[in-house]
Amino acid sequence: MNNDRAAIEFHNVSFALADGRQLLGNLNLQVNMGETLVLLGRSGSGKTTTMKLINRLIDPTAGEVRVDGKATVEWDPIRLRRRIGYVIQEVGLFPHLTVEENIGVVPRLEGWHPDRIGDRARALLTMVGLDADRFARRYPRELSGGQRQRIGVARALAADPPVILLDEPFGALDPITRREIQQEFRSLQQELGKTMVFVTHDIGEAFVLATRIALLKDGEMILLGPPEDLLKSRHPEARAFAQCFHDSQSSGSPR
Amino acid sequence: MTLLDFFSRNSGELIALTFEHLFLVVVSTGIAILIGVPLGILLTRKPALSKPILGFANIMQTVPSLALFGFLIPLNVYLFHVKILGGIGARTAIVALVLYALLPIIRNTFTGISNVDPAIRDAGRGMGMTDRQLLFQVELPLALGVIIAGVRVATVICVGTATIAAAIDAGGLGRYIFRGLRANDNVLILAGAVPAALIAIAADLLLGYVERAIQFGGAIQWRSKRLLWAGAASLLMIFGIVGFFMGKPAGRIAVGSKDFTEQVILGEILAQAIEGKTGLQVVRRFDLGGNLAHDALVAGELDLYVEYTGTALLAILKSQPLTDPQEVYRRVKREYADRFKLEWTEPLGFNNTFAILVRGEDAKKLGLKTITNASRVSAQWRAGFGQDFMSRADGYPGFARTYGFHFQEIREMDLSLTYRALAEKQVDLIAGNSTDGLISRYGLVQLEDDRHYFPPYAAVPVARQGTLQKYPELRALLQQLGGTLTVDEMRKLNYAVDGEKRQPREVAREFLQRKGIHG
Repeated sequence: MNNDRAAIEFHNVSFALADGRQLLGNLNLQVNMGETLVLLGRSGSGKTTTMKLINRLIDPTAGEVRVDGKATVEWDPIRLRRRIGYVIQEVGLFPHLTVEENIGVVPRLEGWHPDRIGDRARALLTMVGLDADRFARRYPRELSGGQRQRIGVARALAADPPVILLDEPFGALDPITRREIQQEFRSLQQELGKTMVFVTHDIGEAFVLATRIALLKDGEMILLGPPEDLLKSRHPEARAFAQCFHDSQSSGSPR
Repeated sequence: MTLLDFFSRNSGELIALTFEHLFLVVVSTGIAILIGVPLGILLTRKPALSKPILGFANIMQTVPSLALFGFLIPLNVYLFHVKILGGIGARTAIVALVLYALLPIIRNTFTGISNVDPAIRDAGRGMGMTDRQLLFQVELPLALGVIIAGVRVATVICVGTATIAAAIDAGGLGRYIFRGLRANDNVLILAGAVPAALIAIAADLLLGYVERAIQFGGAIQWRSKRLLWAGAASLLMIFGIVGFFMGKPAGRIAVGSKDFTEQVILGEILAQAIEGKTGLQVVRRFDLGGNLAHDALVAGELDLYVEYTGTALLAILKSQPLTDPQEVYRRVKREYADRFKLEWTEPLGFNNTFAILVRGEDAKKLGLKTITNASRVSAQWRAGFGQDFMSRADGYPGFARTYGFHFQEIREMDLSLTYRALAEKQVDLIAGNSTDGLISRYGLVQLEDDRHYFPPYAAVPVARQGTLQKYPELRALLQQLGGTLTVDEMRKLNYAVDGEKRQPREVAREFLQRKGIHG
């Protein structure tokens, strides 16, 4: 595994709030180029904190996070963020901008020519399975939850960043749409070969998408490895998630 | 005369006053936006500042407008040789209105931006927006609806408060309201109040429409929104530039007056006499509230107006009351020259003192001649006094002490309303002005000040020394006017305006013709 080139590295990283409450303790982790690492855990386990450390929405209180071999605190945060796509739950779309404008935000910040932005937005809409002519000029509130999530993914891909962070992007969707969009995302993933860090509390989703899973509990990483490792682990938290996974599998089949 | 008759007869003036009113409102609201929105944004960046800044804006809203005017008029602040603070007229009115309009705009900008969903802000930052980009591309557009709601509140406040601007000669529909209050004329009051209310409603509806249209991605697209702002901003610039250059034109004599009928008539008499006899051009700046005329004279915004010796002694020089008329005149003349470089010219002749008034029927029934008579029978009486009488050194407290009055109730109201309140038996005794035309109109009786409590209030034109030196013909004219007005004459002139609803301008012209001074 250490032979793979690292896109993102965590070295003894801790993060504590100003009041001293520790959200993340001594995390050591490497995200390899082109893999999809799923951060799995319950609410409050430190998944989102880990993610925000990567694009420098927060700085570590101890240790070091490196992106492309350079510590995040040495990166200009604006430059760093523009080469990292970011998808969050459906609220992440700007409600006052059209679909096309939402997708074009980062290219516009980067100073692309308007024609090129328009072409890119249309290409991405097609890529995420939406009809460009129908959707380009709509506003987010005129879309269904699934459509909004597709736009969110398209927006994160707009400036072709090598790394993409996804924070429970499909959390608010109904189970059927969710299953569909996961499958689509999986093929997109294989097609694009981006490095992705994906936060979820849904073990099923983790199994569909993950190259490797990092299981977090109370700000500590208790397991890191391919999905099968999680099913074999004896750690109580891993077994709890594994149980969930088995339940969801069996409830889907006839009794 | 009904309101509609009044409008059709005075449509020209009505339109002019409405435009003056709109001018005040648009410029003030515009400046308040230009100051308030950036301040509100600053507060979202530096929350520690929100307490002092919102506190200041809060306090400004509670300061009575006349007090604020009194504070602003003596100021003399220049920016690039253009006076931006101080004096009478639209400039000071606008500064005061801006101070009133600031609070809702600052507060709504602050709230609007603070209430933007933190997830959306995180999304923007996560995509690599700088703070500036986040502000202009995300926070402001999303807060716009709330900000417009603040502008809407500010505008309606301005429309209402701008009526008081007439007190410092800034014009607007307040002129009708003040004139109407003075003359006890409901039609005039409504002539000012109804259009002002209509403007407020129209502004509220229009901005309410803009507010709804702007809600994200509505009828107005973001691009055209920008156009809208640009248009509004340039309109403001034009208004603002015009407004700041408005002031006292050079080479003219500015004649002032306070805000009651007698003062407007006296102002007209001075103005017409100067125009007719000296050929100098005159600017009329009438209807100045409280002691604003004095402030404006000291500030050089006025050249002369008629003041009363007792008022000057007590309200302006803050001396103890004196009763000898000659002594009072000498005293104020000396102190004004020393302290303000202002000159008291020839007394006009009459004395406008406080008149303690009762209904004619009461006076007859109870045999009241003097104030002492009344003090003996007044245990069950209600009294109606103006704010002025209640607060000044020669007003109510000393009066009650000197004559031993204990009223059952004292109602403090606008002076002009007390006469009618007395006539309609809502009160039983008032302190009016001895020259008031309404005294004869309502058949009221003035009781004799048998203990000589009230100081003399001789009416005298007060002028700037510099103006009198520059125009010797003006001094000669004021000497000629000296002693031409008796109390009876003044009461008649007042009644011609208050009672017979004639124009002060006409009444003044007739007076000057009678005295052989005109033209």
